[in-house]
Amino acid sequence: MPATQIEGRVFKFGDNVNSDIIIAGRYLIYIDPKELAQHAFEMLGEGFPARLTQYDILVAGRNFGCGSAREQASTAIKGLGIKAVVAASFARTFYRNAINDGLTIVECPELYAAVAEGDRIAIELASGRITHQGGEYAFPQMPDSVRRILELGGLANYLKANLPAGS
Amino acid sequence: MGMTIAEKILASKSGAARVAPGEIVDAYPDVVMSHTATWRSVSVMRRIGATKLYDPERLAIVLDHISPAKTEKYAQDQQTSRNFAREYGIRKFYDVDAGIAHLVLMEHGHIKPGDLIVGTDSHCTIYGALGSLGTGIGYTEVTSVWVTGKLWMKVPTTLRFVLNGQFVIGVSAKDLMLHLIGRLGADGCGYKSAEFYGDALPRMSISERMTMANLAMEMGSKCVFVPPDEKTAEYLRPRLQDPATQYQPVYADADALYEQEIRVDLSQLEPMVACPHQVENTKPITEVVGTRIDQAFLGSCANGKYEDLAVAAQILRGRKVDPRVRLIVTPGSREILLQAMQSGVLQTLVESGALVTNPGCGACAGDGGTMADGEVSLSTANRNFIGRMGSPKSSIYLSSPATLAASAVKGAIADPREFL
Repeated sequence: MPATQIEGRVFKFGDNVNSDIIIAGRYLIYIDPKELAQHAFEMLGEGFPARLTQYDILVAGRNFGCGSAREQASTAIKGLGIKAVVAASFARTFYRNAINDGLTIVECPELYAAVAEGDRIAIELASGRITHQGGEYAFPQMPDSVRRILELGGLANYLKANLPAGS
Repeated sequence: MGMTIAEKILASKSGAARVAPGEIVDAYPDVVMSHTATWRSVSVMRRIGATKLYDPERLAIVLDHISPAKTEKYAQDQQTSRNFAREYGIRKFYDVDAGIAHLVLMEHGHIKPGDLIVGTDSHCTIYGALGSLGTGIGYTEVTSVWVTGKLWMKVPTTLRFVLNGQFVIGVSAKDLMLHLIGRLGADGCGYKSAEFYGDALPRMSISERMTMANLAMEMGSKCVFVPPDEKTAEYLRPRLQDPATQYQPVYADADALYEQEIRVDLSQLEPMVACPHQVENTKPITEVVGTRIDQAFLGSCANGKYEDLAVAAQILRGRKVDPRVRLIVTPGSREILLQAMQSGVLQTLVESGALVTNPGCGACAGDGGTMADGEVSLSTANRNFIGRMGSPKSSIYLSSPATLAASAVKGAIADPREFL
């Protein structure tokens, strides 16, 4: 069961961070979060991914996770110890993969405009609010059926708990 | 109020009379495609202890990325996929010799108008070339569909694209899509369905429609539709011989609701190039002519089809690839390779100096043709993201097959209209 409140320091990305940047194709031979995390964002050059381990939450602009449908993009972010991704918007394949991986994601364009790297934010999942330097930002709740997958820690757990009879 | 094509297909596959944008439905796909990622879905299935498939006839498996295996790890993963297909009697299994999953499935008649297809690849949108709803999902979700037969889907809103007029010589479907991606942006069709109409559509070949439906993913499209017509029926006729493969084309209602209409006059378009490192970073060819290239890649599910190879051969006939350029040609499938052999296209390409590889995803997926620091590649694929073809210090430009062939001859990005 994931925390109902996620709090921590923010690393900030821009728009259109694609899944090839998050994890390059040559590492898709791995599915383990820790192995993938060693190579997450390494396309961005020196210091990555080590730099990101000092942060708790990623904040990004529009269309985060666009491009390839590779599920390892969300797995790699989870492997880094990142607790949530807040973006102005997500690419749909990343959005689904994050839910299926049990990685908390929140769409909140207003926060993106307000937040700076290193700021602290707190995400209240139950009430759909983010607090940042005294400001409050609302975000839309996921449908219950989808949130249930996230709450069980991802689709594999959900499926295991809900296997059809005889399978 | 009537329904769009996406609304109708999602209603039909979820057993509802009608659905509306924003609604979440449990849909039952007709085809679940998994490619080189298959072993990952198999590992999830084992981890959760599931042993039974909802319906083995709905699975399609094609080993296309990194084929044949280049390391022991790839070999073992492919063996896992192969053994799974044998164990469960998957009839739609294609090994490393077949080609790119999307093209192979369409060529073999596994995709019908009105079908719902999900798969481990973002470019599943390509199935919209035949009027089917195709969209990408991750490998864990593929396992879930294998076992339960269904997945949750949000009904998208739809953009209506109207294409009128005719391309001038040297301009093609790829240039149209680069134009649209540049105009709308990488998320201009995000979470949305795209339907294509206009007086240009009946003239466009199935190959061009595949390029359109494929590239539309790069503006964020969830799914894409070219409504089936005579050309679709002609393409499907020899491929759907089994009486079980009868199909019912799905069309939008006249009063369907569209979020926006986007019109393009094809006669006004010029050759376009996507510059590093985003597909939306498009420019008319005149602004990039003369950019030196080290490698030219003709292939991928976007532009590795027979017509693409034939257009390149038309320009390369009697000409030589610049000695400073490595021209790599990867036919999209075995069928395409055979057709190119029989027609002489392959001979023309090889005589011009091209290196021809086995069918598959090839350099687009990082299999061969790796770029060194500072090198520049021109590619007919659908992505130019940083480091996708090798060093993060290399760069990738994207173009049509005609622009690629002209550029391979010149050793630098060149305008194909000078060669045709």
